[in-house]
Amino acid sequence: MKCTRCRERAELALRSHNAAFCRSCFLIYFQRQVERTIRQDKMFTPDERILVAVSGGKDSLALWDILIEQGYQTEGFYLALGIDTYSSQSQQKAEEFARKRQVNLRVVQLEEEAVPVPLAAQFTRRMPCAACGTMKRHFFDQAAHDGGFQVLATGHNLDDEAARLLGNVMYWQTEYLARQQAVLEPSHPKFVRKVRPLYRLSELETAAYAFFRNIDYIIEECPNSAGATQLFYKDILNRIDAKMPGSKRNFVQKFMRSAQSLFVMPEDGPPRECEKCGMPSYAPVCSFCNLVSEVERKHEHAQSTSKLKAKSSKQADRAEQPHLGEAH
Amino acid sequence: MSVNAARGTVAVMQVKLLPQNQMLTFSGSMIVSVLLKKLDLLPESVMVIRGSSLLTEEERVQADDEIEIRSVISGGV
Repeated sequence: MKCTRCRERAELALRSHNAAFCRSCFLIYFQRQVERTIRQDKMFTPDERILVAVSGGKDSLALWDILIEQGYQTEGFYLALGIDTYSSQSQQKAEEFARKRQVNLRVVQLEEEAVPVPLAAQFTRRMPCAACGTMKRHFFDQAAHDGGFQVLATGHNLDDEAARLLGNVMYWQTEYLARQQAVLEPSHPKFVRKVRPLYRLSELETAAYAFFRNIDYIIEECPNSAGATQLFYKDILNRIDAKMPGSKRNFVQKFMRSAQSLFVMPEDGPPRECEKCGMPSYAPVCSFCNLVSEVERKHEHAQSTSKLKAKSSKQADRAEQPHLGEAH
Repeated sequence: MSVNAARGTVAVMQVKLLPQNQMLTFSGSMIVSVLLKKLDLLPESVMVIRGSSLLTEEERVQADDEIEIRSVISGGV
């Protein structure tokens, strides 16, 4: 197969574009796609400071890499979720990336600042991904605000958006559809603009970019993602796309261009500030603080219950022991 | 099945699947699309890597090749 642009040997075929690329032409194509998205969707300008949320995975590191290459003012933010070796390995990848490119990476350990994801899931009976999402939203917003950034960029790709869209449509989550935008303007002074510059590029394209750019990313999947609904949706969408190339891209881009604006956010007015942490919230206490309080309360209860159980079993043991000092 | 006559050994294609870290072997050469079909994998969901290059579906892999098939799908929720 030949490269559509230069007729050299192609390394990547993109059926949805009816095109194939050699390495150097693909990198040019990828760069232009990102530049066009940033410009057309008015995501940010070179004089704005951008905080890039990085996970150590291919998408976020590819995003950070291309923004650095294009000369934007960026810093990275890594949230250590406390998920076994997966978290330590992904942190190592993010730190190594920042060290090699001599860029600043801010790291927050959930274990120190709140509660690790596995503990939150265990004590609240929430799905780990739900607890993880709540934690990420809070710390990303806080880090962007505290650091004086104008923009928070995440590495969501076309497949992420397509799976999210399918899930939202499947249950007609109109509020979520109203929020599914590539650019989300801040609704409170403590929020910054949130952008998704890779939303027009597929997972295969971001993975190929990372591979061609020698980005050392974490290949292992989060152990909590096994059986996740999003992966199921992605598989279905890829199967449809294999039969009808371009349908996944069309699904997302037509929604963003034509249908998204039909969904309106509820008129709740601007959010207030959480009584506990001070970050924006529609309820008196934000979902993050509620989650942490719930975990702490249940963790404390579990500890005191296990202490009581240990105490009563010791007492029972003592009662069963023969009274050795007694004379018969 | 191809045979290395000089050594008298049978050449097999080593295929490493990531992130499962699973090793598979195949005999004979074949085109990438056939290999992916055998593994029930969609072309858009993986990168097929030989050495430092990506392979398209039309490319032929040889009996003594070492191939890595890396999933590109990630996510949770």
